[in-house]
Amino acid sequence: MMAGIAALFCQEIRVINLGLEVFAQELQRLGVPVIHVAWSPPAGGDPRKAALLAALADEEEE
Amino acid sequence: MSIKTANQAALDRLVQAQPVLVDCLTAEQAMGFTGRTMLHAGPPLSWERACPTMQAALLCATRYEGWATDDTTALDLIRSGEVRLGTCHHLGAVGPMTGIITPSMPVFVVENRAAGNRAHVTINEGLGKVLRFGANDESVVERLRWLHREAGPVLGAAIRASGSIDLRVLMAQALRMGDEMHQRNVAASCLLARTLMVHLARLPADSQAVARVADFMAANDQFFLNIAMAAGKASTEPCVGIPDSTMVVTMARNGTDFGIRVAGLGDRWFTAPVEVPQGFYFPGFGPEDANPDIGDSAIVETMGLGGFAMAASPAVARFVGAGGMQEAIRATEEMAEICLGEHPHFRIPILDERGTPVGIDVRKVVETGITPLINTGIAGKKPGVGQIGAGVARAPIACFEQALEALAARRGPTHG
Repeated sequence: MMAGIAALFCQEIRVINLGLEVFAQELQRLGVPVIHVAWSPPAGGDPRKAALLAALADEEEE
Repeated sequence: MSIKTANQAALDRLVQAQPVLVDCLTAEQAMGFTGRTMLHAGPPLSWERACPTMQAALLCATRYEGWATDDTTALDLIRSGEVRLGTCHHLGAVGPMTGIITPSMPVFVVENRAAGNRAHVTINEGLGKVLRFGANDESVVERLRWLHREAGPVLGAAIRASGSIDLRVLMAQALRMGDEMHQRNVAASCLLARTLMVHLARLPADSQAVARVADFMAANDQFFLNIAMAAGKASTEPCVGIPDSTMVVTMARNGTDFGIRVAGLGDRWFTAPVEVPQGFYFPGFGPEDANPDIGDSAIVETMGLGGFAMAASPAVARFVGAGGMQEAIRATEEMAEICLGEHPHFRIPILDERGTPVGIDVRKVVETGITPLINTGIAGKKPGVGQIGAGVARAPIACFEQALEALAARRGPTHG
């Protein structure tokens, strides 16, 4: 496991950053290719509202 | 019905509406409401909870109708229930700012040819001391009487002589001319005046009366706003009552509460305390002078214009303090995140002809935390001061959270 991670950092790193943009900005500053995805947990992470949203999600049409 | 199917049906009805201006009649004639009743903007409101601007307008309208000769008597009539209060939206109408409609006031009649329903709105009074901003003196009453006596009948005759005026076409064109139909109606007002001009000129009415009406229209860049609102009401109303749809069909404010209604939840309102708009103030005024957000005009955003069409109207973006062109585009793109689709008729050239975002989805608002952006005038909180600035207001998320709960409850556990 650790060897795999070590190997990862020995090659060119390309990053997809989810959520906090500051991580993407720091990588950009260091010249690391990064794509930032603006994402936040549904309903700000409120579990009750997330459950309501899940219950009201679009169903796949048959 | 699945939510997806219901929402597609609601969105189709909204964007395929064909609002046309067909008449200008008194509210009694057009809407059939009689007796001592006054309609106001926003969700239902009692006298006690009304803001001072709304209260002043209600007193003034009571005097205008001749139900009272002074404010003390007018207040007694309202408090005793002899003069009743109602909501414009419940009677197929909308009103800007305080939104007062009484039986003798002339109202534009907008018919949705796609669904056969009608919507109504008063004639925009112009700037200065006006009822919609809570002004309450004899000059306000006299203008209202002139609108009843002369402007309404003249405009009604000209509109009838025109046959009808296609508002969807007119608004689509005005959008390309820099209007977003809420804070900017310069182009739409000009297009309407151009269409009505020949019919006004041909009226058998006294030429001086026609000239006064023409002058009144020409002096008001926002003349078309009320008609855009009625077009929005006529377009959204057929969506009310589509089971399982999570699409917003009404956003309205009464100066105390912000309220929304949702297609799948019928006439039920979901309300939260209304906010004070953020924006630019005219010289001598500041946020401490501002009335909380008020009026039915957010129906314009509900049909995909106003703040949702900010990218089409960079002049407005600056006026309401939203910055320049890039900020305007970002505002429209942000609203797209909470909408079900794009309007096939309201297209924005600078966005490569994409349609304006339309069909606010309660679920998307709660999921993203992005609340609808409303371009609006800022009213002074002191009655009668009038407009003191312009800005943007956000619909309170609490309205959408309540609606989400109600939608889930109605859907029931078997669908969960």
